[in-house]
Amino acid sequence: MHAEIGQIALILALLISALQGWMGLQGAHQNDRRAMLFADRAAVAQAWLCILAFGLLAYAFVISDFSVKLVATNSHTTKPMIYKFSGTWGNHEGSMLLWIMVMALFGAAMVWFGKTLPSSLRARAVAIQGLTTTGFLAFLIFTSNPFERLSPIPENGIGLNPLLQDPGLALHPPFLYLGYVGFSVAFSFAVAALIEGRVDAIWARWIRPWVLLAWSFLTIGIVLGSVWAYYELGWGGWWFWDPVENVSFMPWLAGTALLHSTLVAQARGSFIRWTLLLAITTFSLSLVGTFIVRSGVLTSVHAFAVDPDRGIFILGLLILSTGGALALYALRSGKIAHGASFEAESREAGLVLNNVMLVVSTATVFLGTFYPLVIDAMTGDKITVGPPYFELTFGPIMAVLILFMAVAPLMKWRSDSWKRIQKTLLIMAALAVPLTIAVAIFGNTVFGALGMGLAVWLFAGTIANYARKMRVGESKSNLGNLFKRFSLLPGATHGFALAHLGLAVCTVGVVAMGVWSDEEVDRLKIGESITLSGYEFRLEGIDRARGPNFVSETGRVVIERGGRSVATLNPEQRFYPVERNNTTEGAMEIGAMRILYAAKGEGNEEDGWVVSVYYHPLVIWIWIGALMMAVGGFVSVADRRHAFARRPASTPSAPPIPAE
Amino acid sequence: MSWSRIVPVALFVVLTIFLAIGLTRDPSVIPTEMIDREMPQFELPELREETTVTEADLVGEIALVNVFGSWCVACLQEHPTLMQLSRDDTVKIVGVNWRDDRVDALDWLEEHGDPYDTIIFDEESDLVIEIGVTGAPETFVLDPDGRIRYKQIGPITPEVWKDTIRPVIEAIELEAAGEAASS
Repeated sequence: MHAEIGQIALILALLISALQGWMGLQGAHQNDRRAMLFADRAAVAQAWLCILAFGLLAYAFVISDFSVKLVATNSHTTKPMIYKFSGTWGNHEGSMLLWIMVMALFGAAMVWFGKTLPSSLRARAVAIQGLTTTGFLAFLIFTSNPFERLSPIPENGIGLNPLLQDPGLALHPPFLYLGYVGFSVAFSFAVAALIEGRVDAIWARWIRPWVLLAWSFLTIGIVLGSVWAYYELGWGGWWFWDPVENVSFMPWLAGTALLHSTLVAQARGSFIRWTLLLAITTFSLSLVGTFIVRSGVLTSVHAFAVDPDRGIFILGLLILSTGGALALYALRSGKIAHGASFEAESREAGLVLNNVMLVVSTATVFLGTFYPLVIDAMTGDKITVGPPYFELTFGPIMAVLILFMAVAPLMKWRSDSWKRIQKTLLIMAALAVPLTIAVAIFGNTVFGALGMGLAVWLFAGTIANYARKMRVGESKSNLGNLFKRFSLLPGATHGFALAHLGLAVCTVGVVAMGVWSDEEVDRLKIGESITLSGYEFRLEGIDRARGPNFVSETGRVVIERGGRSVATLNPEQRFYPVERNNTTEGAMEIGAMRILYAAKGEGNEEDGWVVSVYYHPLVIWIWIGALMMAVGGFVSVADRRHAFARRPASTPSAPPIPAE
Repeated sequence: MSWSRIVPVALFVVLTIFLAIGLTRDPSVIPTEMIDREMPQFELPELREETTVTEADLVGEIALVNVFGSWCVACLQEHPTLMQLSRDDTVKIVGVNWRDDRVDALDWLEEHGDPYDTIIFDEESDLVIEIGVTGAPETFVLDPDGRIRYKQIGPITPEVWKDTIRPVIEAIELEAAGEAASS
């Protein structure tokens, strides 16, 4: 019965969201308060219906109701409870329902938190959100119904790929979707603003927390995916430039640009058109991502079941939403006023550079990802673009970005001069340049030296910004006063600092992995060893054991450095007689400064065993840095919440919050 | 209206056209074109030996033709399954080493094991384009007459082997047995 209730809830949600779109737009157009109120209530009702539908599907998974086809094909009674539950979104239909539920929740949140907004703007934004959700609900109901029944009911389900039974992967999609879909709020408000033909600083201030929120969730989602790929797939890397990774990275890059352009929009009233365009682009890239993953246009490790019909449907959605929004932009953005002007030495100029670099990097990733598709469409040749392209093009762009992101926040709005911040820059350079030279000499790598130098440069620049904000060196800057000033800084300042320091930490990890990571494979007899980056991995012995449904061979690999024991790793190889399948369970020693990894392959006493070992310096820094960025985003939101719960000021300029 | 405002929507139209064409070239469509056709003529070097391989070498028994490369991360995922098939001597496995460097490929096989009976070294994508490969790994099932009977896009996991490929092979075996009995 629950499957049918879920089905009805979805159909009701579809009807209500269509009405939400219609009534919201009409109501705003005719200034009909009752119609606009209807749209608000529809958004909330729709969210409840989607929660109900999702809850019922999750229930079907939890109780292993194999009369529901989706459960039968994706679950199994012996699966641990947590993976039964997470299995709800471990498949195309369920993950789409999760996407829709998140989207409907954001729609309701727009109503709850948007009370202070002009009613026509809110009604239009809620309407656009409703229309987008309508499209996705139709997609779900007509092409990928999650509640389809199965007859006869099978004894047991097919199960979930064991590779996917992992806590990291259970959480990866929800966070990713909170990010992707979170950008729909900015999209809806951008389209609403274009319909209104009026945008001001309040608009920018209002969408900023939503962008921050979405961006932070997306960051966490990407980190979880990266960590999972690192330890579960065991390919020794943290990023593979796979099409599916790229499509999650593009909205992140565009979203980062949006995050920074809203700063200028809210503080100075400039960049408004550009911000509108970025808001549309960012969400559209999320939609393109969905299209890619679910249509099978590009082949990838992660791809869902390929289905051209779904591809056509999503392409249609993309044309309606993005095409419609961009057409509206072409027609209406002329009405939107240009903002205040600024000079070449100013914070705005720095943020222009930030946006240019981020947009260029998005375009670079976009080209690399879609080049095979374009070549195929034009010549019929099948090609793949590999990591070398991305590393060659993406690295330099990021280097320029980091170079300037250390400096721009030190600049004043509108007009400033290099001279004023000269002293700070010299101190920063005094830290970064010697380090660069030291790394170049001792690390014997120019690329690594430049990368590390940039990271320190950014770190120093961000700290210098704190110092400036706390007026270090000015009158009465004793320790007590400084601490007081520090605690009085707005959350946004801490959020900014965390995020920028996070990127510095992340850069250190990326550069170290790029330059100093090492791996070796050899056939080892007992007592023999491999030496890698100063660590000696010695195979001490092999233990055989019998598990519940497998037999295993475990290696004892002792790691020593300079004669001192560091760790003992137990890489294991399992053989499952029923499935006639081997699995390799690598073992790693995780430290703040490096991860040491060993995996054991085939072998015997006479010839030895194949042992592969990895040395991954500072790899954890990559993820810690990225998480710092996400936390920085949340900290910043916490600050903004006060700003957007408050009544809007009557003048559309000069918001009271110092912007970061 | 200034042109700069039309640029975004114009770019989007171009993108949409390519995405739409991309849909018609959906990789899942290609195998149906190749199914039941004979392998095209080719003459390419063997990876490990100084010999050449032609389509004639693929006739006579059921074979899996597996496209792989040392650069291909997903190939590692299916590698244990191929190794298992080779150890059990289940079926003839022919590798197509695609867009690879000979030394890299040999190192890769040394490191991860070599399940292949024959390896076609297809450096310039000659054969791979003929048979419509969209990416690696990809695997074709050939019947004893050298006709393509099935194409697997993506890694062969134990599930794929059990649920998809083994049934195809069993069907071909049954067919061959039927022909032998009737003749």
